[in-house]
Amino acid sequence: MRKEGVFEIVRTLIVILLALLLAFLIVVGVSKEPVLALNKFFLGPVSSPRYFGNVIEAAIPLTFAGLAICVMFQAKQFNLGVTGSFFIGAVVAAAIAIKVPLPAGIHPLVAILVGGIVGGAANFIPAILKAKWNASELVSSLMLNYVMTFLGLYIINFVLRDVYAGAMVSLKFLPTATLPKIIPKTRIHLGLFIAIFMVAFTYFFLYRTKWGYALRTTGLNSSFAKYSGVNINSVIIYSQVIGGIISGIGGATELLGMYSRFEWQAAPAYGFDGVIVAILARNNPLYIPLASFFLAYLRIGADIMSRATDVPSEVIAVIQGIIILLIGAERFLAKWRHKIVVKSATESLEAKGGKQNESAI
Amino acid sequence: MSEEILSMKGITKVYPNGVVANKDMDFSLRKGEIHALAGENGAGKSTLMKILFGMEQPEEGDIYINGQKVIIPSPSAAIKYGIGMVHQHFMLVPSLTVAENMVLGIEPKKRAFIDFEKAVSITEELSEKYNLNVDPRAKVEDLPVGKKQKTEILKALLRGADILILDEPTAVLTPQETKELFSELIRFKEMGHTIIFISHKLKEVKQICDRITIMRNGRSMGVHNIADVSEEDISRLMVGRDVILKVDKQKSKPKDAVLNVNNLNYVNELGKKVISDVKFSVRKGEILGIAGVEGNGQRELIEIITGLRKYHMGKVMINGKDIKNLSIKDIRNLNTSHIPEDRMIYGVAGEGSISENLISDRYDKPEFNGKLFLNKAKLKDLSNKLVSEYKIKCSSADQSVGMLSGGNIQKVVVAREFSSEPELLVADQPTRGIDVGATEFIRNRIVEMRDKGAAVLLVSADLNEVMELSDSLIVMYGGEIVAYFEDASKITENELGKYMLGIKKQSQEEVRRAFYA
Repeated sequence: MRKEGVFEIVRTLIVILLALLLAFLIVVGVSKEPVLALNKFFLGPVSSPRYFGNVIEAAIPLTFAGLAICVMFQAKQFNLGVTGSFFIGAVVAAAIAIKVPLPAGIHPLVAILVGGIVGGAANFIPAILKAKWNASELVSSLMLNYVMTFLGLYIINFVLRDVYAGAMVSLKFLPTATLPKIIPKTRIHLGLFIAIFMVAFTYFFLYRTKWGYALRTTGLNSSFAKYSGVNINSVIIYSQVIGGIISGIGGATELLGMYSRFEWQAAPAYGFDGVIVAILARNNPLYIPLASFFLAYLRIGADIMSRATDVPSEVIAVIQGIIILLIGAERFLAKWRHKIVVKSATESLEAKGGKQNESAI
Repeated sequence: MSEEILSMKGITKVYPNGVVANKDMDFSLRKGEIHALAGENGAGKSTLMKILFGMEQPEEGDIYINGQKVIIPSPSAAIKYGIGMVHQHFMLVPSLTVAENMVLGIEPKKRAFIDFEKAVSITEELSEKYNLNVDPRAKVEDLPVGKKQKTEILKALLRGADILILDEPTAVLTPQETKELFSELIRFKEMGHTIIFISHKLKEVKQICDRITIMRNGRSMGVHNIADVSEEDISRLMVGRDVILKVDKQKSKPKDAVLNVNNLNYVNELGKKVISDVKFSVRKGEILGIAGVEGNGQRELIEIITGLRKYHMGKVMINGKDIKNLSIKDIRNLNTSHIPEDRMIYGVAGEGSISENLISDRYDKPEFNGKLFLNKAKLKDLSNKLVSEYKIKCSSADQSVGMLSGGNIQKVVVAREFSSEPELLVADQPTRGIDVGATEFIRNRIVEMRDKGAAVLLVSADLNEVMELSDSLIVMYGGEIVAYFEDASKITENELGKYMLGIKKQSQEEVRRAFYA
């Protein structure tokens, strides 16, 4: 392992620790019953199988979102359209779950695959705009989130709506379409395996295939990739389309695993959650489940705390903010890192007996 | 004349990527002298000056001004201490006028508004005082390079610079402009200013400097009175031995042309014609060198041939195929290799590992791919083989390239580009800024490639290199080929210099001989 890699892991851990410390201070500061609050916050999620199940359930969509972002970020494509492709993937899955009768087993599979394809198609829009006309994928994907949200809501409200239900929800899914629960006393569903499969898929795709190599090389240095003969425009497109597919699959899986009808009235902000997860995992797909679990744990903990005590669950937003700021801040602990670099450079210089045949730059 | 006004002691600077740019470097200045700082590319001259100008912070070492220890955390602090710097790449706002650039940050005010007339009169006064002629009302973007440089110098003087750092000031100038600059510098000296003159052009150094500090690999190779050292002495100290690196090679036996460039014209983004009517061939088994002062169209020419730059007029044929509509990949598939001018931008991905950087041109070839996955074992064998064959100094092929020294990074590039066994090798500054050992290694490899039948197109700013390595030679000036020498060994450096500076020019017929189709 390179020293740099170790440094990044240590740095991430220190950031997490600092953020938790701050959360600790805030809770102690605002709460009349800080001991109970902290207890609920940190230990609540492991206090019952149901709560722990909640953590896993929450970690599943976060994993999909994190993987999607991680593929795009590794190509240095700052596409934040995961929110939209996640949502539209779920809407399409709902349509298939409601309108297309299929045998059990095959039904959710088809719904999820089509959800993925539509999610990928959604992300194709900012991708092609970037490749053709160099339009910032950041801006166009954020705008696209609104398009996808309202398009999805239109489909739900005008095509799939259950007019007899008391709320703005869709018809019930056909019973063949939902993903079965796999652990009793919890709502943990088969989507867990789909998520694990996607982690492996993303890892192998990025690190073991030629497309993944081209994608990462473009992300590391696009001029170098271009000079080497990599078709950068195709990387720009397929990295974002694959990101869209993963998040579309995520949306479909979440919906068919956790719900029996489409109930969302707005798109859940999985785009930004994905960014948090991907940043925590340093864009490495293998760390994505860990990061998702961590974030889900904090959120469920905060939720339990807010229900049992006087501390609102928004405290979690503070923690998230600190983590992103500190990890995103390149200069944080840079002095320490620089010291390591200087030391190893000087050592290697001395190891050569102070010979002067070492070129300087 | 002997009063020491500035000294830097024991300066060590390590960049975040682990490169040791300065090591225990000492440097001192006497009042009123022109002091040369000489060294090869990458010797650490610019870094040392950036430290002096507050743009970089050293890890170790102290700076004394007039005997007082000072810390220079920023350029504005440096300016306060009377240090001014004229950068190689000018720090001017092109869309503003000279006067506006002059007063940037220290604008004279009339009530709440900037007093432009005052700015103009300040500029006029100063340019009169120092006899530096520039029109204060001209827009910077309309000025020729020499005038831009004058503006930069005036800017530094306006901010009260006593010590003036000039970073390779003549690199961009015509001979006339250079002459003008030198007489200006001598006038500054007479007015009591002290000048640090960074250069690796030894003739210029000899011409106007009083003392010289020579740098090599981030260290000082000593300070000398200019009168006491010859050009040969300086160059020996700069590169560590006699510069004339002899390349051992047989006479070339050129065969058919691999690359044919016919009536190539190119107009750049700014609408300037940078290549006009260029016509030449590179033949199998020969090294064709392109000599010329940088910025005379060489870069554009190379980028067109390798496919990095599109939309040219005229024909470029590689192995009989017009490359106009071919992608970079297609051109590489015509058995073309390219050592790029700037290795950190095009040559490598610094954060990637050595092995990742070695396979970037062939990762998608069938031999390295299974049905779905890359063949890790084969790729690993390949990188281990190349690392040992090209003597890349590293702990393992998994080490990131950015942590290697310049010479070793260049070896990574060379290993990749040579091992694909190209028929056409385009080598742009193949040994720029790397140590002598690596330089020799790479040059010998290039000759080896030629002997195996490759056609080599060589561009180098290092005169010695083009002359030693090339079999034939063309000279570019102002985007044109102004001379062709069938036998590169028959021409003297002096003669070549005249063509490079545009003083001499061959006839059309003579130049056309470079085309062999």
